[in-house]
Amino acid sequence: MEAFTIHTGRAVPLRRSDVDTDQIIPSEWLKRIERTGFGAGLFAEWRADPGFVLNDPTHAGASILLAGPDFGTGSSREHAVWALQDYGFRAVISSRFADIFRGNALGNGLLPVTLPAETVEALQAAVEADPTVEITVDLDARQVRGAGVEASFELDDFTRWRLMEGLDDVGLTLRHEERITVFEGTRPAWLPTSV
Amino acid sequence: MGRTLAEKVWDAHVVRRADGEPDLLYIDLHLVHEVTSPQAFEALRLAGRPVRRPDLTLATEDHNVPTTDTLAPIADPVSAAQVEALRKNCAEFGVRLYPMNDPGQGIVHVVGPQLGLSQPGMTIVCGDSHTSTHGAFGALAFGIGTSQVEHVLATQTLPQRRPKTMAITVEGELPPGVTAKDLILAIIARIGTGGGAGHVIEYRGAAIRGLSMEGRMTVCNMSIEAGARAGMIAPDDTTFEYLAGRDRVASGPAWDEAVAYWRTLASDPDAEFDREVVIDAASLTPYVTWGTNPGQAAPLGSRVPAPADYDDPAARASAQRALAYMGLTAGTPLAEVAVDTVFIGSCTNGRLSDLRAAADVLRGRQVAGGVRVLVVPGSMQVKAQAEAEGLDQVFEAAGAQWRSAGCSMCLGMNPDTLRPGERSASTSNRNFEGRQGPGGRTHLVSPAVAAATAVTGRLTAPADL
Ligand code: SF4
Repeated sequence: MEAFTIHTGRAVPLRRSDVDTDQIIPSEWLKRIERTGFGAGLFAEWRADPGFVLNDPTHAGASILLAGPDFGTGSSREHAVWALQDYGFRAVISSRFADIFRGNALGNGLLPVTLPAETVEALQAAVEADPTVEITVDLDARQVRGAGVEASFELDDFTRWRLMEGLDDVGLTLRHEERITVFEGTRPAWLPTSV
Repeated sequence: MGRTLAEKVWDAHVVRRADGEPDLLYIDLHLVHEVTSPQAFEALRLAGRPVRRPDLTLATEDHNVPTTDTLAPIADPVSAAQVEALRKNCAEFGVRLYPMNDPGQGIVHVVGPQLGLSQPGMTIVCGDSHTSTHGAFGALAFGIGTSQVEHVLATQTLPQRRPKTMAITVEGELPPGVTAKDLILAIIARIGTGGGAGHVIEYRGAAIRGLSMEGRMTVCNMSIEAGARAGMIAPDDTTFEYLAGRDRVASGPAWDEAVAYWRTLASDPDAEFDREVVIDAASLTPYVTWGTNPGQAAPLGSRVPAPADYDDPAARASAQRALAYMGLTAGTPLAEVAVDTVFIGSCTNGRLSDLRAAADVLRGRQVAGGVRVLVVPGSMQVKAQAEAEGLDQVFEAAGAQWRSAGCSMCLGMNPDTLRPGERSASTSNRNFEGRQGPGGRTHLVSPAVAAATAVTGRLTAPADL
């Protein structure tokens, strides 16, 4: 996983609430067995509309998505995170994320930043007024700065450390393998097996 | 202080707890399907890691499988490659797989319960958000992403932050003609698609106790549509009766020991929830969705709402967009909305009792002209049971198509899709834009409403036939 410490870039405002993962990456794209190349499918249906904000050339190269509330609802498809990253996004800012999406994003180093709805709106308005404005997402300081906004966000110390080191969970967990084996010895015999 | 059902199950699975870190939870059952697993198996292969507990892992083919000619090769080469990848991965890593045409095959959330694999007090995960279904048994069951699928395959554990708890108490009795599906649609309409975010919901109260196991699965299945991490119902005699004698369930003294433990799981009387919602069952009527998320639902007897009805600007904008996408005008009675497709199936409503409810409405009636009706059993076992009861003949005599088991038009990864502009009444769980096919319009309904809608060609409650 690519480490995340601090990122500065331009942003694109997506003024829609309840953006579900079916919209982020339609199911047709889920048939692929690779982990890369999903950027072309990002918001595929909406991008067919020339007026869609991602088609606006003034936002080309943006790396921060300023999303509406309840971003990433619905299906657990991690492909949604892969699509956002493959397209070039490093962080998504919203007033509320769906739980599974947030977990998937954190697992891949795409930073989901939760800020109050008014702050997200202020950022959206600033970027709409001037698409060249740059925003900094500082994980070390847990702060978003730029476009006249300076706002702190919450993220627990452990997750922050993991992201800043770029560590993946499997490696961390396998350090406790003995504990897992001990736990397995205590499981009741009546629990079912699949075989 | 007492503990809730969710807290008891959680505490019983903590392998490691450390200050400031997520708890490491042991996973009792990992369900796998072809869509969200290939990249996880590939990662194991690259790291040279085995599947730690193949005996606690079970795979089935469901999302891509065709529901017409299942003996022919899958026509879409990309779908075929994905199913083939699952077969190879399961063979290589020693995971039990129910492939197409196997009598055990079906939608992952139908297969687990029917085998008796989903049991009270267990932790169950799957790379699929509707894993919440298994919470109907009093299991802590939740959907995970592909990186977490890899994590569970490699370690049989998952690092998780303890969620908050929420009680939804449904008091009283559901009126005749009001089903588990109507209840959960009404709940999501009330609390919103983000209403359960960060929480595990426990459904309680007389109306919940009165539901069959299949009804409870329908309710828990859609917990994710309210944004909840999971949905749970305390195990009781209904649960134990359902489980007794199933293939993967213990018998003899081991069964007695299990039941004794399961009886301790219900939330303690003095347990506190972070949030509580109370719903009066007697006030409910059949519900349908009118918009493009499951929270945009209303009684079938009401009218399409107007965006101006909403105070919150985000909700107003969302309603506006939804009406435009759905091609609906505010103020139209929902019972006048005409559909061209009816889909009966999915992990929400593709079980035997769902098919029975639909068949009861269609028996001796005819599907309206120009309406395409697909009936897709949730598993091969459900299919066989339905056929043994002659339900297939009821459907076919009415003019509906009787299909083979799979996810089918719930998400249209196989050839069963809506064409642009087509409108369905669907017993599935998501009415997102394009969910059933690009440009398709979906109204979520119960199986009984779906069947009555098939007869009239517009959204209809059976009582109005
Ligand atoms: S039936 Fe639909 S919701 Fe259920 S697992 Fe299949 S695609 Fe997902």
